[in-house]
Amino acid sequence: MAPLLSVSGLEKRFGGVTAGKNVTFSLDAGEMLAIIGPNGAGKSTTFNMVGGQLKPDAGSIVLAGVDITGKPPREVWRLGVGRTFQIAQTFVSMSVVENVQMALISHHHQTRAVTSAATHLHREAALAFLARVGMAEMADRPVNELAYGDVKRVELAIALASEPKLLLMDEPTAGMAPKERTALMQLTSDIARAHGIGVLFTEHDMDSVFGHADRILVLVRGEIIAAGTPDDVRSNQRVKQVYLGEAGAQAALKARRQAVGAH
Amino acid sequence: MAPAIRIQGRFVMPKLDLSRRTMVGGLAATGIALSSRTAPAQGAPVRIGELNSYSRMAAFAVPYRNGMQLAVEQINAAGGLAGLGGRPLEIIYRDDGSTPGDAVRVAEELVTRENVTFIAGAFLSNVGLALADFANQKKVLYLATEPLTDALTMGSGNPYTFRVRPGTYMQTKMLVDAAKDKGVKRWAVVAPNYEYGQSAVAAFKRLMGAAVPGFEVVAEQFPALGRVDAGATVGALAQSRPDGIFNVLFGADLTAFVREGNTRGLFERRTVVSLLTGEPEYLLPLGDETPDGWIVTGYPPEQVTTHGHPAFVTAYKAKFNDTPRLGSVLGYVVPFMIRDMFNKAKSTETPAMMEAFKGLTTQTICGPVTMRAVDQQSTLGAWVGETTLQGKLPTMKNFRYVDGADVMFPEAEVRAARKI
Amino acid sequence: MDLSFVVIQALSGLASASALFVIASGLTIVFGVTRIVNFAHGSFYMLGAYMAVTIVPWLLQFDRSPTLFFVGVIASAMVVGILGVIMELVLLRRIYKVPELFQLLATFGVVLIVQDVVLKIWGPVDITGPRAPGMRHGIEILGQRFPAYEMFLIFVGPAVLGLLLLIMHKTRFGVLIRAATQDREMVGALGVNQAMLFTGTLFLGAFLAGLGGALQIPRLPANTGMDLSIITEAFVVTVIGGMGSVPGAFIAALIIKMLEAFGILIFPKITLVLVFLLMAVVLVVKPWGLLGKPEVASGRAVLPEGILNLKAFTRTEALVWIGLAAALLLVPVFGDTYKVKVGIEIMVFALAAFSLNLLIGNGGIVSFGHAAYFGVGAYAAGLLVTGPLKAPMELALVVAPVAGGLAAALFGYFIVRLSGIYLAMLTLAFAQITYAICFQWVEVTGGDNGVVGVWPSRWAASREVYFYVVAALSLTTILALRHLFYTPFGYTLRAARDSATRADAIGIDVKTHRWLAFIVAGAAAGLAGALYSFSKGSIDPTMISISMSIDFLMMILTGGIQTVMGPLVGTAVFHSVKDFFMPLTDFWRFFLGVSIIAIVLIFPKGIVGAIDSLRERMGRGPAPQPKPAGEAA
Ligand SMILES: Nc1ncnc2c1ncn2[C@@H]1O[C@H](COP(=O)(O)OP(=O)(O)OP(=O)(O)O)[C@@H](O)[C@H]1O
Ligand SMILES: [Mg+2]
Repeated sequence: MAPLLSVSGLEKRFGGVTAGKNVTFSLDAGEMLAIIGPNGAGKSTTFNMVGGQLKPDAGSIVLAGVDITGKPPREVWRLGVGRTFQIAQTFVSMSVVENVQMALISHHHQTRAVTSAATHLHREAALAFLARVGMAEMADRPVNELAYGDVKRVELAIALASEPKLLLMDEPTAGMAPKERTALMQLTSDIARAHGIGVLFTEHDMDSVFGHADRILVLVRGEIIAAGTPDDVRSNQRVKQVYLGEAGAQAALKARRQAVGAH
Repeated sequence: MAPAIRIQGRFVMPKLDLSRRTMVGGLAATGIALSSRTAPAQGAPVRIGELNSYSRMAAFAVPYRNGMQLAVEQINAAGGLAGLGGRPLEIIYRDDGSTPGDAVRVAEELVTRENVTFIAGAFLSNVGLALADFANQKKVLYLATEPLTDALTMGSGNPYTFRVRPGTYMQTKMLVDAAKDKGVKRWAVVAPNYEYGQSAVAAFKRLMGAAVPGFEVVAEQFPALGRVDAGATVGALAQSRPDGIFNVLFGADLTAFVREGNTRGLFERRTVVSLLTGEPEYLLPLGDETPDGWIVTGYPPEQVTTHGHPAFVTAYKAKFNDTPRLGSVLGYVVPFMIRDMFNKAKSTETPAMMEAFKGLTTQTICGPVTMRAVDQQSTLGAWVGETTLQGKLPTMKNFRYVDGADVMFPEAEVRAARKI
Repeated sequence: MDLSFVVIQALSGLASASALFVIASGLTIVFGVTRIVNFAHGSFYMLGAYMAVTIVPWLLQFDRSPTLFFVGVIASAMVVGILGVIMELVLLRRIYKVPELFQLLATFGVVLIVQDVVLKIWGPVDITGPRAPGMRHGIEILGQRFPAYEMFLIFVGPAVLGLLLLIMHKTRFGVLIRAATQDREMVGALGVNQAMLFTGTLFLGAFLAGLGGALQIPRLPANTGMDLSIITEAFVVTVIGGMGSVPGAFIAALIIKMLEAFGILIFPKITLVLVFLLMAVVLVVKPWGLLGKPEVASGRAVLPEGILNLKAFTRTEALVWIGLAAALLLVPVFGDTYKVKVGIEIMVFALAAFSLNLLIGNGGIVSFGHAAYFGVGAYAAGLLVTGPLKAPMELALVVAPVAGGLAAALFGYFIVRLSGIYLAMLTLAFAQITYAICFQWVEVTGGDNGVVGVWPSRWAASREVYFYVVAALSLTTILALRHLFYTPFGYTLRAARDSATRADAIGIDVKTHRWLAFIVAGAAAGLAGALYSFSKGSIDPTMISISMSIDFLMMILTGGIQTVMGPLVGTAVFHSVKDFFMPLTDFWRFFLGVSIIAIVLIFPKGIVGAIDSLRERMGRGPAPQPKPAGEAA
């Protein structure tokens, strides 16, 4: 079976900075794929090229057999890609539930509707998505009053609202307490497995990465220097050298054990 | 539009100073016979609503208001409006906001709240036209004192609107008559790019073309009003090597143009004909840059000696401590026309007033002025002469007063334009 | 065209470009650091000229030397620089935190005040300054005479550019200016130094404007129209160059003035249109100007300036509004004709302002040129009823919104491709192009005279009947527009304003929705314009002027752009204030300016915004989010 997402030979330069160099990988339905790498490695750039926010200089991105290279985000989304951003992007003047309703309104091609009021549209469905991410109680709070971790959860609900095939999550747990992180990552992987959604995510928190990823890509200066299962990556000498370091490797090991234990 | 869209001004609240000296001097100036009636006016005043750009165009509107106030004082001191049982004349002054929209609202206020008998004024042509149309619609008489546009008495003329000042066509004709015998054929024209500038140029081409065989326009420049790029404009005109230049620029545009042209020698050995430049409003700011020998329309206040004019200058100076401008003359003339109209109409009803204005002749400090019936345009004229410097003071020389009656639109043309 | 002419014309262009750059460089620096669109920059330029015609002749009494002339010019610029500092300390410092649009409004208040103050001090008559000693003559170049002073000016621009670059790169102050221009967030981290930086920047900006004005006195008389005649051109230069970029401003000034110097040979009537056309073209090709950089997206999501949470009316609110509407409808019964007239105007302007708030308050699309659509509607109606067709009013009222919508569709197509200040400036450019066409194309539009005879059909000729025509059309349109805020379309616009990135990532075509909003707002403004023209019986270009666009902005800001109904209150208040001061005094602009600044300082959220805050503080609070039926079940 063809992979859900296959990315090959992506290139991206910003002036003198190489943010992507021959980036090639693939992702299956229901799989959790993590990209790790130091700051400025090109992780967000990769997400943005897949999501359509940036156009790659070269290379191709194919989603479920459809070439989406260089398509604008709104089209990529219609083809089944939901995403969250490193800096959360929500509709700050709206309530939590309205944020999700917006995604549903768009999903149902109703953004130009001018007859009915928007507040009642798809409210039930939106509440259901919020319940999934544990935000049902906060449904009517203005989103700009939420703690940052909760905003991230709202983003996830928004991303899920269109029943995506692929989820892109750029640092989904930044700003959360450790407990919350594990819970959110667990939730994400449950949803992914249950609905066969592929998840591409990145995290600086190694517990989350090694605890939940099926496979890991290591990106340094725009280049993938290693790829494989968490165990492969952990034991990779090159990764140890340039990125994880000895202490990092041990932390990764510990995280893996805990995660397995929790299962 | 009347020129000077940008000139803005100071409002000096005039002191209502009825000193004897002013009155006597002023009365003498008008040459009114005082012997029989010296009792002041009595009864309820007849109110006239006067709108003008006192704020935005104070350089013009304030001297104009001064002139009016002087005349009204004199009229009331001399017994008011004889035709209405000696009732005094009262003028209510309002700012027209310098836009047609504001002006029409203010006019409405004057008519409904202040109960004015009729409305007068306006400096900007678009304001004048809007007021004329308002008058036509509301059946109110409107005496357009200052706007220059020919539309006011021609295409957009209406029975309720009478205009005092000589319009663009009339003033252009005065200049053409004065310059046509110079035999200049190659002309360059420069005018601000809006209705006033374009109409003046059209009239010039038509009149000069008819008067001078072989007349041609070798260059035309229409800089945007108020932002002439003088260097580039002068360069473009000089490039065409004309023998004569017709200028319609005024205000700050004119000053910049004159300076640039002087330095670059644009005006040397060329006949320059320039509209309105002799009016003190525009001439004084030129200072020692004033070119010599431009043929202009205007007004040399200190030099006019006819029709009791010097007495007017004396009275005006005494009252306002300033020399009169062209606006002052106009403002001074208008109340006397109004007085004579009431004396003839003996009524404040609009139809009677309209009837009275038609063909009415008033003796003024410019000589007799008649309101021609066919286009409701007065025969008030202007002084045509040449610019010069007297010491440091810019003024006019070799001037003469051209009666408006000699330069009006032919009656047939008026009838065609007004569809009467 | 011979060579000598080309050379002379090019030199003329260079001299004008140089003078323009000096002024524009100050504007672009001030914008770069403070992000304030400083309308008062033109006023500083004018003050520079007035100072110079006062100081320079006085100095020249002692000795007619070039040195004293330039001492006078610099002194004048210094004085203006200090006035800039005063403006910063007294006004701007208090409003850095208020929404950007309010800052702009406050600087416009300063413009109005300065106009009347200048009038009071220097009088209405143009004041011609002395020529520069030693530079009265012309220099012979290829057999043509070129003014020595212009030759000197040609070198001033590059000298100022060099000095500015030196300051920017070699002094701490300059480095701070550059840093602040590039990164907003950094400025906040400066703490105490921020105040110093802003004060210093305002000094530099005002100094450059004053210098520009003072240098003009040998060419131009000091006159009271200088401020507005320069400010649009200065804006155009900064926008074309890229806001905040000094070298960009230099290049832009060069391009504009060279194009003008040679353009007028081929199209003698082009000037006014040319600059704005150039700006439109540049922005379409380079959305951040020639050398400008895209705004660095701020790290944290900031609350947008506009409607925050949409509330349905509470019962009390609904009653209040119904009461107000009823009172309005009774005006013709109890009021005199004048009140009826004022009532009509308020309704018309309220409609225009309300439609503008759909763009600004709800869509975050800041339009500085809403009068364009108002004017296009008015002209469509006016030309239709007075033209060869002699169409009836009824038809005109149908065509006007269509025309307004079409104009908005055409301009909006380009406008929605931009963002932020560039978008705002492009709206201004299109409005100015429309204005220039109506002002200068006399054969068709009647030029500045406009067209008269635009009166309602006979059945609606009486003021009272026409009042009800306006009431019916404007109130229903306002209600319809209000409804739009609450529909999915309205929400989508607001979503795109809150986060265009997020909107795009959930499948929303942001540009198309903004474009549609533009069309709707343009159509509504077009209807308002037509209604206005029938109420005053004529059309003319003042309906499209910048001051009309600014009036609309003031109306919505006075009321508060955070609220849906604010613009209505704002319109009524603003129109009444103007109507109150105008008959009272010739200095009405002064009082209008003071009122505007007072509103900005006292009600930084607008009047309705202030009422809402007050209610919140008093604990009664606006209605909570409506509990939809689904949840209650
Ligand atoms: N729009 C842009 N313009 C210029 N340079 C950019 C742009 N976006 C990213 N870069 C540069 O590209 C490189 C990769 O950036 P990217 O944001 O993809 O890194 P990252 O791996 O997500 O880092 P982090 O862990 O800090 O989020 C960085 O050097 C960054 O400065
Ligand atoms: Mg990143």
